[in-house]
Amino acid sequence: MTNKTELLKQALKERILILDGAMGTMIQARKFSEEDFRGEQFKHLNNEIKGNNDILAITQPDAICDIHKEYLAAGSDIIETNSFNATSVSQADYQMEDVVYDLNFACAKVARKAADEYTALTPDKPRFVAGVLGPTSRTASLSPDVKDPAFRNISFNELVETYTEATRGLIDGGSDLILIETIFDTLNAKAAIFAIEGVFEEKSVELPIMISGTITDASGRTLSGQTPEAFWYSVRHANPISVGFNCALGAAELRQHIVSLSKVADVPVSAHPNAGLPNEMGEYDETPEETTDHLKEWAQSGLVNIIGGCCGTTPAHIKAMADAVEGIAPREIPSFDPQMRLSGLEPFKVI
Amino acid sequence: MTKRQGVFINVGERTNVTGSAKFKRLILNDEFDEALDVARQQVEAGAQIIDVNMDEAMLDSEAAMVKFLNLIASEPDISRVPIMVDSSKWSVIEAGLKCVQGKAVVNSISLKEGEEQFIEQAKLIKRYGAATVVMAFDEEGQADTLDRKYEICERSYRILVEKVGFPAEDIIFDPNIFAVATGIEEHNNYGVDFIEAARKITDNLPHCHVSGGVSNVSFSFRGNNPVREAMHSVFLYHAIQAGMDMGIVNAGMMTVYSEIPDELRERVEDVILNRRDDATDRLLEIADKYKGVKGEVKKEDLEWRNGTVEERLSHALVKGITTYIDEDTEEARRKVDRPLQVIEGPLMDGMNVVGDLFGSGQMFLPQVVKSARVMKQAVAYLLPFIEAEKVEGEGSSSNGKILMATVKGDVHDIGKNIVGVVLQCNNYEVIDMGVMVPCEDILQKAKEENVDIIGLSGLITPSLEEMCTVAAEMQRLEMNIPLLIGGATTSKVHTAVKIAPNYKGPLVYVLDASRAVGVAGNLLGETTRESFQQDVAKEYLDMRVKYEGRDKKDNQVSINKARANKFKVDWTGYAPEKPSFTGLKVFEDYDLGDLVNTIDWTPFFRTWELAGTYPRILSDEVVGESALELFKDAEAMLQKIVDEKWLRAKAVIGFWNASSVGDDVELYTDESRSQVLDTVHFVRQQMKKRSGKANMCLADFIAPKETGIRDYMGGFAVTAGIGIEEKLELFKGSHDDYNDILLKALADRLAESFAERMHQRVRMEYWAYDPDEDFDNEALIKEKYRGIRPAPGYPACPDHTEKPALFSLLNARQNAGIDLTDSMAMLPASSVSGYYFAHPQSQYFGIGKISKDQVEDYARRREMELRTVERWLAPNLGYDRNQD
Repeated sequence: MTNKTELLKQALKERILILDGAMGTMIQARKFSEEDFRGEQFKHLNNEIKGNNDILAITQPDAICDIHKEYLAAGSDIIETNSFNATSVSQADYQMEDVVYDLNFACAKVARKAADEYTALTPDKPRFVAGVLGPTSRTASLSPDVKDPAFRNISFNELVETYTEATRGLIDGGSDLILIETIFDTLNAKAAIFAIEGVFEEKSVELPIMISGTITDASGRTLSGQTPEAFWYSVRHANPISVGFNCALGAAELRQHIVSLSKVADVPVSAHPNAGLPNEMGEYDETPEETTDHLKEWAQSGLVNIIGGCCGTTPAHIKAMADAVEGIAPREIPSFDPQMRLSGLEPFKVI
Repeated sequence: MTKRQGVFINVGERTNVTGSAKFKRLILNDEFDEALDVARQQVEAGAQIIDVNMDEAMLDSEAAMVKFLNLIASEPDISRVPIMVDSSKWSVIEAGLKCVQGKAVVNSISLKEGEEQFIEQAKLIKRYGAATVVMAFDEEGQADTLDRKYEICERSYRILVEKVGFPAEDIIFDPNIFAVATGIEEHNNYGVDFIEAARKITDNLPHCHVSGGVSNVSFSFRGNNPVREAMHSVFLYHAIQAGMDMGIVNAGMMTVYSEIPDELRERVEDVILNRRDDATDRLLEIADKYKGVKGEVKKEDLEWRNGTVEERLSHALVKGITTYIDEDTEEARRKVDRPLQVIEGPLMDGMNVVGDLFGSGQMFLPQVVKSARVMKQAVAYLLPFIEAEKVEGEGSSSNGKILMATVKGDVHDIGKNIVGVVLQCNNYEVIDMGVMVPCEDILQKAKEENVDIIGLSGLITPSLEEMCTVAAEMQRLEMNIPLLIGGATTSKVHTAVKIAPNYKGPLVYVLDASRAVGVAGNLLGETTRESFQQDVAKEYLDMRVKYEGRDKKDNQVSINKARANKFKVDWTGYAPEKPSFTGLKVFEDYDLGDLVNTIDWTPFFRTWELAGTYPRILSDEVVGESALELFKDAEAMLQKIVDEKWLRAKAVIGFWNASSVGDDVELYTDESRSQVLDTVHFVRQQMKKRSGKANMCLADFIAPKETGIRDYMGGFAVTAGIGIEEKLELFKGSHDDYNDILLKALADRLAESFAERMHQRVRMEYWAYDPDEDFDNEALIKEKYRGIRPAPGYPACPDHTEKPALFSLLNARQNAGIDLTDSMAMLPASSVSGYYFAHPQSQYFGIGKISKDQVEDYARRREMELRTVERWLAPNLGYDRNQD
């Protein structure tokens, strides 16, 4: 166990930790051109890569570093690398599937730089870099073709392969922990866990793993159909440092699912919701105060250990949250007798 | 412990091809929608977990597992419950785990193949995030007693919890439920052994679970569901109290414990808990009383003697009972005008029932062969009357005339005989020409008899060539009779690619006896003939095209490269043990009693087309009843073979000073190693290897001459078939195919056992490099010991023509009474010969395909014509020998 892991565990015991907010919103505000996206490194490419935000860690590292710093300044304990789409599956959209390792390495490195700077400024509040593994755009347990339900356009092995490469980059670039986030298909997440453990073994390191799923709609289930409890039982073997939900819903809609998870998870619970539901224009318009009102109440009700924001949230949202939960005790971690917990789409507990 | 509360998790078992004939049929027919319905019904009926198993030889189990689990994932009403991924093959389990998003259960892993593999698999299961069933099985075999069950579970638990860090609560032990009341005394305590193992596990190994397949226990009462249900309830009642908390139970096969009638419950309890010696008999006494309306006759019951003579004949045929066949046949004869009408009437009717039951999988081969025995006896009884009547047996009523023969040079005929019996049961006239039949004889007989079909059989690889010869000859004679190909080394691909081009007439490969009837029917049926022949011809043409167009990417390396990548043995510091003698040692009349316990039974059941591993096959849901019956007959005959000396066993072994020279091994006349006695030639693997994997040759296991190390090699020839012909004549005389086949199959097993036993004595006494070896039969069968005994003509040294040299070294003809045929088959057929290698790293492997450069070099070393070598090594050639 690294010293950083010890520090993180200690901090989780003492207070509610703050994640960062949306990256995409902040990048859009900078209005980068196609040339900016390409930088020197990808000048020669034939296809357009504008919109491939993750690549900016290589071509515009300073801008990304600045965004990280804005969140650190707002009070983030943990910042997320800008690597949500840095898998071969997602990079294939830009015909850049061969840069996966370098991309993740660069994303981690730039976040590392920002975090170290702030740790130096506030040594009593060490900052952590969470290397992000995104869900990819494909689902391993659902068919994209309604006429052929046995078909899959991605396999477990393919996912393991790309997640392995990404994880190597994230670790080599200096991540303190790995965050599997926005999980809409648990089988994809299981492939990520499988890959991460393989890389840990290969490198003889062991970093904490954060796991964060997504409840996509009012059904209260993941896209692949699992309830929050079933989801937790399916990923529990990763022995994660936290489990939670992010994205898709605003705090108001997400609360009940965080409650369900909070009852069954014997590890810290995280939540980083969107800034409400998108309006007709597809924009998130919940103010920092509105979002924070919800999250403060969650903290007071003892539901969460880590909070932050997803789509539509800004440094202002994070600042408001950090201020609001200061001094509120983190959720107490329950302990259960060892019991076999299986799951399908629904949880199954052997009593 | 507070756990023992009587909680019980019910695992649905119907989506298991080994347990449900219906599910198996659906999957084999690719009817996955209906198969999903089976899964859905189970969940609706209350299964809390569903077990999915696709272990079936005819299936690509991995693909079927993946497809079915992917489909389940799209059905929320099924996939709401956890999946149990069930297979005896690890690759299938892993493929399954990669399809399941929930937390699944693996069924199963065990210490069977040793700790290393167990740990590796457990680690992976943990990484995939699943729980696992652990069978009470270790390197020495499956646990049957309480002590063994607990000992293995405890060891497994320690390894999993302490070495792997596996969560204890995710371990589910299956300490093996076996059938009780089988009539075999050792089985009586199986129920108690399980229940007490469950108790000890629950008391001593915290948080883990205990599971089992409950229906096994009542297996011997198949056909009597009320008694079986009572047995399940009683068993569970006690097992759950002892800590069993999970199980595979058919909810429809359960009754409520308290509702079992007192008398029945008491006697069932006596059986399950093994409370008295006569428990089984006492349960049998009353079992029929509780049998419901449905279900078949269980015990010998003379009720059937009250039926009409036709009913009696039919019953005798279906049940294989010869006791009354003569009197019933006589009675039937008196009722009709001509004796032939008995055959055409009631006897054929009865055989049709047998054929249907076999065809639909309700009867198995051993029973069918017994039915045939009844039929033949009845026909034999009628024959004098038919002849007295001077009616010509025109045989017009038969479905067709089939000539069968084992080809020249080959002596193996068990499979051929089985096919013959099955065909006869289906009203085909079979002319069996026996073994080692030359091509000319086969074709001449076919013409004389005007047969409808010719069937060729063979077991050893040179027979494949001989079949091509027969096919070519038929073409030259412009024949058009359908030709069937069968036997252990034959295959559809070989038939399509190698035999079919020789013959323009209809040609069909037949996998086993159960397929033979369908093929013959299709070939001869007025309406089916043409389309069937066209379909098969087209299929074979497609296979041929595909085969020829297959990826011819060069997967071979040159022989020089292969030699450079030889199996590296570190010879420095290696001092080979010296055998206790050099030269020969002869064993006249070896005690057969010494060979019975080391018999490997699994292949015996395979001979009878019963799939499964011994001893578990005896309690298999599907074939267990047949297997148990057959096993009892086999044990009874073995007793006679030993006591009455039906067979005699002889052997010769030899050791020689030896050195390897390239791919050859030189054997020397004496310790001076100055004079070469003989040179044994081996071939070397030429397939491209991953780095770190060698291109193997058996010569690699003998110290090279230049090392100066004094190494040795051995040879052996054993037979257990001396005297078999006399007995077989007797059986033939009484039309008893069943005992004929049984004896041959047992002689084969004894020969294998003899080879195994002799190898053990070589390791412990004669070469004595492992004097303290201590393995039980299970471990021996798995070849866990040091050293190998490869046989010429088999994968590691595929050239049969090395056999004459080996035989002359051993003087095997005189010393062991074994002859060689033109095709290098051994006579008696129940014989085994081979070489002994003692190096600790020596191992079995397959040569695979070899290239022309090696074959040319080999021909030079052997001083043989290239063409001749190519013919013998045909199955191993990686090139087309007809093209330059």
